[in-house]
Amino acid sequence: MPPSVPDRIRAMPRVVVDVMPKPEILDPQGKAVLGALPRLGFSGISEVRQGKRFELEVPEVTDEVLAEIEKIADTFLANTVIENYTVRVDQK
Amino acid sequence: MKIGVVTFPGTLDDVDAARAVRIGGNEAVALWHGDHDLKGVDAVILPGGFSYGDYLRCGAISRFSPVMAEVIEAAGKGMPVLGICNGFQILCESHLLPGALIRNEHRKFVCRDQRLRIENNRTSWTSTYAEGAEVTIVLKNGEGGFVADGETLDRLDGEGRVVARYLDGNPNGSLRDIAGITNERGNVVGLMPHPEHAVEDLTGSGTDGLGFFAGVVERVFA
Repeated sequence: MPPSVPDRIRAMPRVVVDVMPKPEILDPQGKAVLGALPRLGFSGISEVRQGKRFELEVPEVTDEVLAEIEKIADTFLANTVIENYTVRVDQK
Repeated sequence: MKIGVVTFPGTLDDVDAARAVRIGGNEAVALWHGDHDLKGVDAVILPGGFSYGDYLRCGAISRFSPVMAEVIEAAGKGMPVLGICNGFQILCESHLLPGALIRNEHRKFVCRDQRLRIENNRTSWTSTYAEGAEVTIVLKNGEGGFVADGETLDRLDGEGRVVARYLDGNPNGSLRDIAGITNERGNVVGLMPHPEHAVEDLTGSGTDGLGFFAGVVERVFA
C-alpha cells in the first residue's frame, strides 16, 4: 500500500527558523499577553515575549540547504534591525 | 514634474496621493507593484495602506516586489522618493532608510490631527517649508513606533536627518519623537503622518501637507 499523505509529509526533513524581537526592542504584543494572564487567573509569569516560528520543508538537509535557509532568515524572515533569529533542523 | 504613485495589493492611499500630486501642480503617474519600469517618472511616492496585508512584517514582502527593485535603483541615483506610513515601513525594510517601525507602544491604532515640527527643509520633499515650521498633518497608524539603535539615532540627529518630529505628545512611542527621516543624500524621505490627507480646506485638518507635493526638487541643495 502506498504511504498516506500525512506519512509522506512527516518524512520530509524540516528546518525551523525562530524569530524573536531583540531584547532591547519593546514587544507590545508580548506585553498584551502578559497583561491578560492575571485576568485569566494565571499568576507567576513575569515576562512574555512574542515571536514567530517558520517551518521550512526541504527534500534533504545539506550544508548548502542550511546556508540557503540562513540567507532566507537573514534577508527576509527576520528584520535584523529589530529581530534575532535561529535556524535549526527539526529532528522529529 | 511626473510623480509616480505605486499601488501594491492592499495599498489604501494611492488615490489620495495622486490627487495631492495634481493639486500640488504635478502630473501623477500610476505605477503597479508588478511593473518592471518606472514609466519615465521624475519622482516616486510609496503611499500608505497595508501592502500584502502587512504579512510577515509591514513592508517586508512589498520590498521584494518588481517595482521596488526599480525604485531602489533609482533612489540610489538620486531620484526623489517619498514613503508615507506603510511607504515609510517599506523604505526601512528596503534599507533605503535606517531603523524600523514597530507596533504602537500603547497597542492602539491612532488617528488624529498631529502637530509636527519640520526640522529639515533641505530634502527633495520639504523645500517649501521654513525650517522649524510647525504644521498639523493627519496621523493614522497601528505600527508607527520608530526604533533604531542609539548610534543610529545619534547619527540621524547629528546629521540633521530627522525631517519631522512630533509635537504636543508622542502618539506612538517613536524614539526621540521622530515622525520622519531622510537618507544622507536627502532624496529619500519616510514620514509616518499623511500629508496627502492635508491638501484641501474642504476636508481634514487644513492644507499644511500640500508643501510635500508642491515643491519636489530633483536635486538636493544640501
